[in-house]
Amino acid sequence: MAGSQWELPPELCCRPMAFVALTGLDVVYNAVHRAIWDAFCANRRADRVPISFKVLPGDHEYPKCRTKRTSYEWYIPKGIVKTGWMNKHLNLVPALVVLFYELDWDDPQWKEKQSECATKVEIVRTSLQGRNTKVAVVLIQKKTPLPPGEDLVASERASALCSSCDLSGKSLFVLPHTDHLVGYIIRLENAFYEHAQTYYYTEIRRVKSHKEFLNKTTHQLLFVRHQFKMAFLSELKQDTQNALKYYRAAYSLVHELRAHETNMLEIKTMAGFINYKICRLCFQHNTPLDAIAQFRKHIDLCKKKIGCAELAFEHSAWMSKQFQSFGELFDEAIKLGLTAIQTQNPGFYYQQAACYSQDRKQMAQQLCQAGTTYPSPDPLDTQSGGLDFYGQRPWRQGHQSIDPTDPEKEKLGILALQIKERDVPHSELIIALLSNAVAQFKKYKCPRMKSHLMVQMGEEYYHAKDYTKALKLLDYVMCDYRTERWWPLLTAILTTALHCAYLMASVKDYVIYCMELLGRASTLKEEQKSRIEKNLFKVLMNDIPEAESECDQSSVGAARSLWTDRMALSGSNELTVEMQDYIPFIQCKARFQSPSFHVDQPIQLQVFLRADCPHPVSFSKLTVSLSNQEYNQWCVVESSGQDSMTLLPGKPRCYNFSFVAKTEDVGKKVEMTGIEMMLGGDSGRCVFLSWRGAGGDAASTQEALQASRSSRRWGRGNEARQELDWDTLTLQHSTMIISRVPRICVRLSHQPPALTNEMFCISLTVQSQEDVVAKDVKLTAGLKPGQEAGLGQTTHVTLDGSSVCDDNAPALLTDVPLGDLTPGEKLEKCVYMKCVSTGPRIFLFHVAYSIDTAVEGRHIVCNCHKDETVTVETVVPFEVSVKFVSTKFEPLEQVAVDIPFLLMTDILSSSPWPLLLSSSSLQLLTVTSSTPQLQSQLQQVVLQTGESASECFCLRCPADTSSSNTVATGQYVVSWRRKCSNADSPLIQTTVTLPHVILESVPLYIYADLPSFGRVRDSLPVRYHIENRTAQVQEVEIAVDPSDAFMFSGLKQVRLRVLPSTEQQMLYNYYPLMAGYQTLPQLNISLPRCPTSSSPALRRFLPQRIFVKPQGRQPDDASIAAA
Amino acid sequence: MFHICLLMFSPQNYPLYIRSVPCQNELKFHYTVHTSLDVVEEKVSAVGKSLADQRELYLGLLYPTEDYKVYGYVTNSKVKFVIVVDSSNTSLRDNEIRSMFRKLHNSFTDVMCNSFYNPGDPIQSKAFNGIVCGMMVQTG
Repeated sequence: MAGSQWELPPELCCRPMAFVALTGLDVVYNAVHRAIWDAFCANRRADRVPISFKVLPGDHEYPKCRTKRTSYEWYIPKGIVKTGWMNKHLNLVPALVVLFYELDWDDPQWKEKQSECATKVEIVRTSLQGRNTKVAVVLIQKKTPLPPGEDLVASERASALCSSCDLSGKSLFVLPHTDHLVGYIIRLENAFYEHAQTYYYTEIRRVKSHKEFLNKTTHQLLFVRHQFKMAFLSELKQDTQNALKYYRAAYSLVHELRAHETNMLEIKTMAGFINYKICRLCFQHNTPLDAIAQFRKHIDLCKKKIGCAELAFEHSAWMSKQFQSFGELFDEAIKLGLTAIQTQNPGFYYQQAACYSQDRKQMAQQLCQAGTTYPSPDPLDTQSGGLDFYGQRPWRQGHQSIDPTDPEKEKLGILALQIKERDVPHSELIIALLSNAVAQFKKYKCPRMKSHLMVQMGEEYYHAKDYTKALKLLDYVMCDYRTERWWPLLTAILTTALHCAYLMASVKDYVIYCMELLGRASTLKEEQKSRIEKNLFKVLMNDIPEAESECDQSSVGAARSLWTDRMALSGSNELTVEMQDYIPFIQCKARFQSPSFHVDQPIQLQVFLRADCPHPVSFSKLTVSLSNQEYNQWCVVESSGQDSMTLLPGKPRCYNFSFVAKTEDVGKKVEMTGIEMMLGGDSGRCVFLSWRGAGGDAASTQEALQASRSSRRWGRGNEARQELDWDTLTLQHSTMIISRVPRICVRLSHQPPALTNEMFCISLTVQSQEDVVAKDVKLTAGLKPGQEAGLGQTTHVTLDGSSVCDDNAPALLTDVPLGDLTPGEKLEKCVYMKCVSTGPRIFLFHVAYSIDTAVEGRHIVCNCHKDETVTVETVVPFEVSVKFVSTKFEPLEQVAVDIPFLLMTDILSSSPWPLLLSSSSLQLLTVTSSTPQLQSQLQQVVLQTGESASECFCLRCPADTSSSNTVATGQYVVSWRRKCSNADSPLIQTTVTLPHVILESVPLYIYADLPSFGRVRDSLPVRYHIENRTAQVQEVEIAVDPSDAFMFSGLKQVRLRVLPSTEQQMLYNYYPLMAGYQTLPQLNISLPRCPTSSSPALRRFLPQRIFVKPQGRQPDDASIAAA
Repeated sequence: MFHICLLMFSPQNYPLYIRSVPCQNELKFHYTVHTSLDVVEEKVSAVGKSLADQRELYLGLLYPTEDYKVYGYVTNSKVKFVIVVDSSNTSLRDNEIRSMFRKLHNSFTDVMCNSFYNPGDPIQSKAFNGIVCGMMVQTG
């Protein structure tokens, strides 16, 4: 690859590591040695010391050390840094040579082996003559060594070996070949690392010591060289802080060098190297801002150092490389965890690199004229095949004076370089850099930058004549610029794309780009548009378009023959272009005249077309497709013969279509699915311009929005009415077909609210206002669908009002036939609703009929319908409350078995209408009536709002129902209807479930027989009955308390026994002393056998008071008796 | 002669007004300015998150390229102003740019006050043009 001249050398880009050579290892045949070597080089992770190991034979020849210079007085350096120097210190001159030797302390042939080892050390030493490289010996032993100090033989022999090999004790190691090999190896390599560090330290000191011999006039190059060497050695020593310091010093020294045309390249090359190292170290030290600052400084310093004008492309190539390698460094640092931001990311550097590569290409095109032959002999050839110093010219290596030695040679050299540059695939380089930049900008949320770079890539592909790729890229970004509405940029891209399409002879693309370039978004000048339009028509006539300007001649020739082939090809001369995605030169807007049409009206549709191109456009066909394809036949307009349809530039034209909807489409939407316009004709090529929906293109939505905001709309007077305002035209892409307007009258009458369970009557009157017979009149009545879910079950609708409907009646009666209606005829119908639950309901009355009518001469049968809804509230007609009371009208919590009690019902009307209670009845369960015949006490009672009706029943719980604690008592049924309703309307039965009662059984039932009133000083006989309700004999103690109001005769205190299920009677004669309500003398009753039943509990059935009448005067006796 | 270029964008980022002196290589300016919108958008949305009411309208130097400096300014109605100057133009410091923007904003407000101007249309006001020209002559 020709660009490789500018690549940074790999030894510069790698991370320098201390170089340690291992000798005496036979890694091929000796398994133990192999294992040792593997332990050294396998798994070199970050936690191991940075050393690069190499296995070398024991007699390896290391690079010869040149004799040290004692004086620099007459020395003139030939260059800054030799090309081989870095590699030499990375891979050739070791910091430490380690000799491996198999020797146990108790080896029987110790003496011989010791001297053999000493010889081997000597060989290595000789080979390293003059270098400071350290030598160390590792004894590979089979036995595990004893702890230090215990093995006397070992320590004695070790010191003997050291002295015979002339080694210090620190350079002799023992490696027992046992289980813990890796552990030993790690300890060994740490020791090696220390030795290596010492070596590099002394090397740095040595280089530094040269400084005092240098003078500033002749040895400027050496200042740079020494700083560079110290920096590099510091890096080998892993002292990156000092390395950075030395590199920085070297960098400023490079720029102090006297720069002239002959050494400019060398200076720039070295400056580039040093800059690379500085930036790399800064990123490594996590100071990216320093790296960026250094790079900026570097670029600012070097930007203007172009050097030889004939080789200006070299400078651009070098600049491009600077940016690229900085971008790569930056990117690498990001991969290691650095965070970049939108305005400072590697993308910018790649982009700038691409930019310089573009410059390079341009300069190369200017400077490298074709037609010259490559000079021979090759001036770029050197004897060694490479250069001695970085950045020098092959034909004058080591030359450091201002003027070139040989102007002829110089010329040839430049010519050779120029010819070489011609073969560089510039576009390829640029595209690679751009695509790197695109990837970065994508990552850092710069969509527009990305688009811009993609345009550049597209253009580069265009220059590289890869039109397919160019079009693909340009096509991709065009959308972005279109949505952003950057017309100048879009036009520029389209122009390039048009060139590509022309050169490829891609008819469809060519047509599309022409159309868009003619459109209103294009910022091209009128004459260019005119030329493009002529070309477009040529293509439509199946002719070859004129060549685009700015295309080079050779490509135009190729394109012309491609076009000829394309034209000769028959068959594929029809193509469809989707307009929605572009901003084409013909605009289309379509609308239905109204958002809805009645089925008996013709549907009207308008298509507006406008051409934005400079010349009139004629087309041959315009079709509108609709969602129901049966209508499509009505929406076609075709040019007939000579009368072709023409659009004048800037003048909108309107095409009207109208058709009659089908009756089965009532309630459906008719949508425009597309509009198609045919350009060209059968003779040549035809292009179908196709708009989805109701027209409009990529820009029209925004334009419509802008137009709607416009203040001009209000200002327009009537004089502009004839002129259609294109911008304010709105699309109406669908219309609803709705049924014909009904001409009947539907009236409802009813008496709200409805009462629960009642047959609520709504009477419906239908009157026809049609001119002809309305046929098949049908009624749908009932609960309007779509209300609360539960309402369907609690609402029943029927037409039969004579009886209460059951739960099977539906909530909605559908399609009740009502026959035909002649004009003016009236029809009445009653619909009954039964609502089981309260709350509001919406009832729907839907009257449908069909009628014959004619639209535009076509007879159609229209279905019409009229809906009426009514909201009806349902309320409870009355509330029933029930309570149980004792015969003394005291509320009962529990009912005693076999003792009569009272049931009281209370009906409170809440209906706004008077209610007629027809009857009521009790359906008893468990309990029985105490009265022989239960008769309703509220027959034919009329209740107004708020009035209430009560009933009272005497009941008794039979003795044999003591099983359960609570028992159901039965139901209370009320039959009723509205008073105002017809006499024959059905009665509604409302059933109220009576509450359960809690039963109790009493052991002793005491009741009294006494007259309803007494009279003062008149005997009042009272008989107490004491019934034993238990199965045991009960002993009863009865005492009568004295009373102020009565005298009495009878047992005052008695103790008696009552046998099971029998009764005892006690008779007292009370003699009232005072008139009025008087408390009867109290009976104190106790059951000694049953202490739980207290006296008040037993006494509750007894009357407590009695009314005592005063004694009448004698003469009035008769009248009192009568009262 | 220094290059200077001025652009204004609607809130939807299409250009309302473009003027550059000198006129050659206008397309490159367009691209540069268009790409600078990435940064403007990012800055506007970042500011919107934190302190919406106390927003500084001047966005400062958007990003440096080798050849140009691009400065941005966003009005409260999200109309964006961008000024591009040559990198070598050292006479225009931050303060000058800031006052240029302020001046532009004032005259843009005047344009908006014109009841015949429809917001979102390209600006064709003569008065505005005059002010911009004056500013460019002064600095250029």
